[in-house]
Amino acid sequence: MPNRLSSAEELEKLRAEILSKRDSKKPTIAICSGTGCETYGSGVVHRAFLQEVKAQGLEDKIDVRATGCHGFCEKGVVVVVFPEEISYVKVKQEDAAEVVEAVANNKVLDRLLYVDPVTGKKIAKEADIPFYKNQSRIVFGANKLIDPKKIEDYIALGGYSALAKALSKMSPEAVLEEVKKSNLRGRGGGGFPAGTKWEETKNTPGNIKYAVVNCDEGDPGAYMDRSLTEGNPHSVLEGLILCGYAIGAHQGYIYVRQEYPLAVENLKIALQQAEEYGLLGKNILGSGFDFDVGTHRGAGAFVSGESSALMAAIEGKTGEPRLKYIHTAVSGIKGRPTNLNNVETYATVPLIINKGADWFRSIGTAESKGTKIFSLVGKVNNTGLVEIPMGMTLRQIIYDIGGGILNGKKFKGVQTGGPSGGIIPEKHLDTPVDFDALTDLGSMMGSGGMVVMDEDTCMVDVARYFVDFLCGESCGKCIPCREGLRLLQRILTDICNGEGQPGDLDTIEEVAEVMVDASLCALGSTAANPVLSTLKYFRDEYEAHIKEKRCPAKFCKALTSYYIDPTKCEACLICLRNCPAGAVNGGKGLIHWIDQEKCTSCGVCFDVCPPRFNAVVKISGEPVPPPPPAGTKVSRKKEA
Amino acid sequence: MAGVTALVDKVVDKYGKDKDMLIQILLDLQKGFGWLPSEALNEVSVRLRVPTSRVYQAASFYKAFSFSPKGRHSVTVCVGTACQVRGAPRLLDRIGDQLDLKEGETSSDMRFSLDTVNCLGCCALGPVMVIDGVYQSNPSTEQLERIFEGAK
Repeated sequence: MPNRLSSAEELEKLRAEILSKRDSKKPTIAICSGTGCETYGSGVVHRAFLQEVKAQGLEDKIDVRATGCHGFCEKGVVVVVFPEEISYVKVKQEDAAEVVEAVANNKVLDRLLYVDPVTGKKIAKEADIPFYKNQSRIVFGANKLIDPKKIEDYIALGGYSALAKALSKMSPEAVLEEVKKSNLRGRGGGGFPAGTKWEETKNTPGNIKYAVVNCDEGDPGAYMDRSLTEGNPHSVLEGLILCGYAIGAHQGYIYVRQEYPLAVENLKIALQQAEEYGLLGKNILGSGFDFDVGTHRGAGAFVSGESSALMAAIEGKTGEPRLKYIHTAVSGIKGRPTNLNNVETYATVPLIINKGADWFRSIGTAESKGTKIFSLVGKVNNTGLVEIPMGMTLRQIIYDIGGGILNGKKFKGVQTGGPSGGIIPEKHLDTPVDFDALTDLGSMMGSGGMVVMDEDTCMVDVARYFVDFLCGESCGKCIPCREGLRLLQRILTDICNGEGQPGDLDTIEEVAEVMVDASLCALGSTAANPVLSTLKYFRDEYEAHIKEKRCPAKFCKALTSYYIDPTKCEACLICLRNCPAGAVNGGKGLIHWIDQEKCTSCGVCFDVCPPRFNAVVKISGEPVPPPPPAGTKVSRKKEA
Repeated sequence: MAGVTALVDKVVDKYGKDKDMLIQILLDLQKGFGWLPSEALNEVSVRLRVPTSRVYQAASFYKAFSFSPKGRHSVTVCVGTACQVRGAPRLLDRIGDQLDLKEGETSSDMRFSLDTVNCLGCCALGPVMVIDGVYQSNPSTEQLERIFEGAK
């Protein structure tokens, strides 16, 4: 067990010692072990690399490291070779031998390089890949350099120097002042200034105060907090301890979803290691400041991410929100003043303390400073985590970084802010992204989910999807949210089923208005956003569903029929075999046709029809043509 | 039900009989039993000196807890927004058809349980199915047949 560090100087000495043992020129093979790559088998790939290095007798010459998430999840397993930062994508275990050989001979293995889909050229260096090139990764960048299970890796990169600086040279007031001056706004949703929150907690009288990390990332389609917690847990912890010091708290909690087992595991390891080094616990770095941290696993409730609900959960109660005319900063856990910020917010704090508020303020827009991590997902080519300076436009994010829309389809909208946010249409793609600009568009920043939707996505269905989600997640304590959501769910389901009534849209707006005004917490008051924003920008789609019984995206099952174009069908039997309802008729050499009585509109035939035939078509809002006479044979003229 | 009492005792002691740790205790029990038997919940109530109603309130509020035993193979379909727009509803339908189960159900032979989850954070793979911890990116109907046949 290491000795506890008793001063800032000892930390510096330890850092120098760690660095002296490391050769910056020694090649390191870094294997992304975030959850995205893990699903592609990065654990197996990591083991293969370890074995291969051993087998080739290169253990002294090449390091192998499992690191945090690199962010380019689309291309997993991502492997980067340092110091040149050569990036290999979609690496499999059988590639390990060749990669190790290339590294040993100081060569680049062409076969596994990223290919730019626009130019068709191969790109060797990670920094030159457009996905990375257009980002500025100040918070997220360390992930790829760190083995999250080793505190030494974090310390080697300057970790805990902000804490040492604060404890040895700054008063708690000075730390608070720096955070306030930086205008760091909460990265979890509302964008409330963190410094203001800290100050209120600090100024509330009381001996016992708490600082809490919110890692209850319940927003479907967002996973940046998970990747930070899994990939660089010490950065979050350092921010939390700094907050404790600034506000006068001696106990911290990290509330993390149990659906993130790797985050829980890495956090626990981080806490133990920090404690062993004297960076946590009693008399941190000999400063006299005590701070302990406990973890609390959330048991799966979206509403528990709300501040008062989260604090109830930490007390072991059901995570239901309460009215907040008294802020949690004044009366939080057990009635004590409690500060709550999310993972990304805390992870940004050490940077601000180290580099100064002025540096932080130099990045971003007038009212939104710094960078923000988004999870860029959905119908986009480059799925992954992207960190951009505030003020970059949606178009730049989706096209320059994201590489445009999947399969060359047409962009329809981008959903930001999760179930509390809204959908932004093409005409606003040039909006610079910051807290206020997104709110002005009827959406919000939220925790940073960015789900791209194309022409095949039905906006009414998306609204129904979010309302369904929130219906299940509403705690039911207040009537506007509980009953309002149920009413919206019923109306939207009817519309999607082709049973919409002429007055439905007015009812939706009326219900939404009451929910905004009268709900107890933010879940209810923002719940109508996905509906209202789609109604604002895509009203024609709603009207087509109601008046013409037509789904313009041809997505809603009840309004979409499938039909096999007899002039294109090659009688290949694939759809016939795959149809789960047995609705496809025909046979070998006989043109297939769909029995509309039996068809459940599941779309399997459409999915499996080979693209070179493209014979299955979707029809909505118009009658399905009659099938060809039974027993019509396929004419092979196309092949002749 | 000696086994139930033994595990409850062990878990409750691990958390120092602390009432604040109720949810953590239930999470450990859920993991240990695979569900929450009523004997275990009553025992927790006695041991922690927390009203049974409050134990049930917490156990019924959170999604991680189940009041009935789960099948030997857990099949989970991600219905997060990214998977949703990439075709999760269709995948769920196909899986439901094959297993003859609806979301949240367990087959009568206790072989499969079918559940949905709101986001697994592997959106690049979407739509995603997880069977016994193994991730499958948009499996075809034929692949599904093979996978389910292999899970006895």
